[in-house]
Amino acid sequence: MSGIVKTFPGVRALDGVSFDVRAGEVHALVGENGAGKSTLMKVLAGAYRADAGTVEVDGRVVAIDGPRAAEALGIGMIYQEFNLVPDLRVVDNILLGHEPMRGALLDSKAALARAAGVLGDLGIALPLELPARRLSVAQQQMTEIAKALVRSARLIVMDEPTAALTEREIDALFALIAKLKAQGVAFVYISHRLEELPRISDRITVIRDGKTIETRVTADLPQDEMIRLMVGRPVAAHFPDLPPVAPDAPVVLRVRGLCAAGGVSIDDVSFDVRAGEIVGLAGLVGAGRTDIVRAIAGADVPVAGEIEVSGRRVRVRGPHDAIAAGIALITEDRKGQGLVLGMSVRENTTLAHLDRFAARGFVDRAAEEGVTNEEIAELRIRTPNSEQTVRNLSGGNQQKVVLAKWLIGDANVFLFDEPTRGIDVGAKAEIYALMLALLARGIGIVMVSSELPEVLGMSHRVLVVREGRVRAEFARADVTPAKVIAVAAGVAA
Amino acid sequence: MAGDASGLKAALEASAGDAHAKANRALALRTAGGIVALVIVVVTINFFSHGSFLTAVNLTNVLRQITYNAILAIGQTFVIVTAGIDLSVGSLIELTGVVMAGFANAVPLQGPALVAATLVVGLGVGCLAGLVNALPVVKLNLPPFITTLAMMLMARGLAFKLAHGRPIAVNSTAFDGMGTGFLFEGALRPLGLPGIPVSVLWMAVLVVAFAIVLTRTRFGRYVFAIGGNEEAARLAGINVGLVKTMVYVISGGCAAVAGLLLMARFGSGSPNTGIGSELQSIAAVVVGGTSLMGGRGSVVATFFGALLIGLLNNVMNLLGIESYTQDIVLGAVILIAVIVDELRKRYLRA
Repeated sequence: MSGIVKTFPGVRALDGVSFDVRAGEVHALVGENGAGKSTLMKVLAGAYRADAGTVEVDGRVVAIDGPRAAEALGIGMIYQEFNLVPDLRVVDNILLGHEPMRGALLDSKAALARAAGVLGDLGIALPLELPARRLSVAQQQMTEIAKALVRSARLIVMDEPTAALTEREIDALFALIAKLKAQGVAFVYISHRLEELPRISDRITVIRDGKTIETRVTADLPQDEMIRLMVGRPVAAHFPDLPPVAPDAPVVLRVRGLCAAGGVSIDDVSFDVRAGEIVGLAGLVGAGRTDIVRAIAGADVPVAGEIEVSGRRVRVRGPHDAIAAGIALITEDRKGQGLVLGMSVRENTTLAHLDRFAARGFVDRAAEEGVTNEEIAELRIRTPNSEQTVRNLSGGNQQKVVLAKWLIGDANVFLFDEPTRGIDVGAKAEIYALMLALLARGIGIVMVSSELPEVLGMSHRVLVVREGRVRAEFARADVTPAKVIAVAAGVAA
Repeated sequence: MAGDASGLKAALEASAGDAHAKANRALALRTAGGIVALVIVVVTINFFSHGSFLTAVNLTNVLRQITYNAILAIGQTFVIVTAGIDLSVGSLIELTGVVMAGFANAVPLQGPALVAATLVVGLGVGCLAGLVNALPVVKLNLPPFITTLAMMLMARGLAFKLAHGRPIAVNSTAFDGMGTGFLFEGALRPLGLPGIPVSVLWMAVLVVAFAIVLTRTRFGRYVFAIGGNEEAARLAGINVGLVKTMVYVISGGCAAVAGLLLMARFGSGSPNTGIGSELQSIAAVVVGGTSLMGGRGSVVATFFGALLIGLLNNVMNLLGIESYTQDIVLGAVILIAVIVDELRKRYLRA
């Protein structure tokens, strides 16, 4: 691949990425969250089309304009979230789209023989007749690999293949990769677990901000050097100055021993947030940061632990309790969780506080419109009026509507989950300014962000989360990107 | 900055005013266009039916015939706006009708007191059935298609058992006014009108009341929010389970009212009068433009959906079209209505 460029509205996700993979090689791609690895992968898979740049296979320039084209070129993708049909048998999953036929009918004997043959070559055994949902994560991964090989893949791209595996399963996976390497199959290996790269990869390419930074033979790239290349730049200067937290500022949010079993289990999480303070939660995607704020907000009900807001104990049994106690959660997934896209700006703005506009059950639209127009003016939401359907707004303006929904309440704890994801630079600056305005009102903020510069630039304190626990805490004065990455990747403490 | 903001706010209000005005103009234009088209259609039909369509008696009849379907469809609208479905309403007409007829024959009440008590009993049965429909949906996240299908079978079976397979004749005359009576007969007769059927008045009151509930109350807003994005609604602190339960209870209650009117009309509670009614009510909702995906819909539009289906049936009867052909036409109309609605939405989004 050379000079690959991919832009989305407002973002240049890939900005000239180049690298090559040789037959029988494992080529690792590393970079921070948001460096462009996933986008690059989707370009290879034909899910996105590059705006510029070329992809060559065996020296020929090719156009990958869809999953079928990628398959025909011998490129197999194994995503972090597997693409198996849970209710189909393993054998049917392996041969999906390539079923052996006898006339117009499926030839199930040939299918079993074919799948068994592929697995035999790999030297692994899978229960071919069981539905895929009954397999362990490691077995599902093996199924995905077998699926790629049935399609005669010569290049297999793996995204975080070891994220959900145990040590023994990782050993088995690495043995399998070694075997396929010997047969000439090449791998692109994307991983956050830097410590495993010396064991598995031949070369490493570091990507940052959508650009290729460097490609080196693994043995020549020690870990600290790798981290330095990943972080690269000094913390960008476009963040506003954070006002210091008053020494006598009261604690607005106290979390003690919080445990919850949402998407990622979190375990024994404790921290305080004071009035006028931003606490940043850093860590890798899937480390449990989102799950911590979701548990505090009652989106997932905590199974143990205590939450206090301004000194008052809160029993959080659902979002309603958290909202009543003054906790606002601005979710990461605006469209899925933050907004009712088919409703107007006004209806979304008042949704969480409708009882205020509905004395005796009837909604007072004039009052709603008044408050909404105030927020539109205050937040500079670019919309023709309060009756516009939010589906038609840009990402940044949708995010402002989510904020408006919580600003009209009197919450004194704001939990921001990826507050600036997918919005343009101008809107980002406005969101930061708004966070400062909230601090001035004595509000405490918890911010989850995958953008390291953002966490460092917008937090008074940084907590690093790994595997559902808070592993380290850094004050603003002595936090560095390298320290955070080291803890997040499990290299240090 | 503050002056800036208040200026912006004033501009926004003006813009919202403009938007309302524009919407009103668009609505007026659509309405005018619709009326012109309607007049042409009506005159044509009237010509071919030798003048029997455009008579006060015939049109009053149409209204009376659609009463039951329109009332069922009101409850169905609430359920469908939350992206649910209620297949049990046809059977619940029968179950509530049978229970109410049995109750009316068994108690020593008379006149309006008997009607009121019977209605309360019917509502109790209908709402309870709605609650049973809703609980597995809300607590276990089971698909409402299944729970209400099960209720459809159970309620019909129970109605047959309770009635021993035959209609239960109502002994009292207290329900006659509701079933066959007219209001304002004296005042309207000189105008050539037969008066307003009492059952039509019930329908009108329910349509207006539930239209207000859906568009003007907090509960109604929550119904739309849940249909539009259930997770966002939950995270906004809305008691999603309670709201969803309520819509099935409302649907069951509407079935009970329809059951009462039907019992009054025929003088009996019958265990097989509701077969196919659930699908008719869904058809009325869909023809009215409510999306089966949830988040959109209107009680008034549903009423017009029921009216359109009723008029179509009536016209085809007047034109002497055989009933098999009527089914084909009705099916085609439903399909066309949904396709037109989808195309309109795409056009608006583009």
